Amino acid sequence: MTAHSAKETYNRTIFGFWLYLMTDCILFATLFATYAVLHSNTDGGPGAETLFSLPYALVETLLLLTSSLTCGLALIAMRKHAKSTVLFWLGITFLLGTAFLVMELKEFHHLIQDGNDWQKSAFLSSYFTLVSTHGLHISFGLLWIAVMAVQIITKGITWDTFRRIDCFGLFWHFLDLIWIFIFTFVYLLGVK
Amino acid sequence: MNAEPIPIYDYLLGFIFSLVLTLGSYFIASENLLYGENLLFALGGLAALQAIVQLYFFFHITEESSPKWQLFSFLFMLLIAVIVIAGTIWIMYNLDYRMMPKM
Repeated sequence: MTAHSAKETYNRTIFGFWLYLMTDCILFATLFATYAVLHSNTDGGPGAETLFSLPYALVETLLLLTSSLTCGLALIAMRKHAKSTVLFWLGITFLLGTAFLVMELKEFHHLIQDGNDWQKSAFLSSYFTLVSTHGLHISFGLLWIAVMAVQIITKGITWDTFRRIDCFGLFWHFLDLIWIFIFTFVYLLGVK
Repeated sequence: MNAEPIPIYDYLLGFIFSLVLTLGSYFIASENLLYGENLLFALGGLAALQAIVQLYFFFHITEESSPKWQLFSFLFMLLIAVIVIAGTIWIMYNLDYRMMPKM
């Protein structure tokens, strides 16, 4: 592949992936709308103010925000063709993402163990749908990091791996952005 | 968004601004500085501000060369998202108000 057509493929792929992210935003918009309508319908069960802990959600937020930074540092290292630095920052991003996911699953586990699962009330149905859809995206992001790490080790930094890492970067920043809205509207405003 | 080099301070500045905005929102909520509608607008505003910071520093949305299809598709998504969210809340609360059993 010539350098020119590789650049062309890069631009088109990034734009195509961007359009996918925009449709994903609309998916999350419908879930936020559902949560906004149902958040006070607790059916006599506990509401957001008794179930959620603000410091816990803040730690989750900081983990994800820091992982967004380390993901950006991997993109920068990619541009400098520093293979081991890319792998280092991808590894840190993976660890931070895993820590976030573990905290989220632990929170779900606590809720379900106390009988506050998605069948308890419309509030909890919409909460679990919104937050676990985000968590599912994070899980696929982690899988993506693992696949990219293998590709960078075996193929090195080529136009193909470069393009894929940039798509991953967009995806990961997008997940951080969605989480900011979950943190604000579900946790901060829910507890108050 | 392009294959050009990204300056490292883009990410560091974006991270620091996001951190300040996140801690600011948290502080306002945990210290009970505001209530009711004021709290909603303050936290919603801080979240929107953080979204703008990240779109600028992390997504580099302003650096796209013309024609700006990424920016236009983003604005179109925003329009749809606002219609979906505001429209749903408006219709459902209105319906709830009208369907309430008034003994």
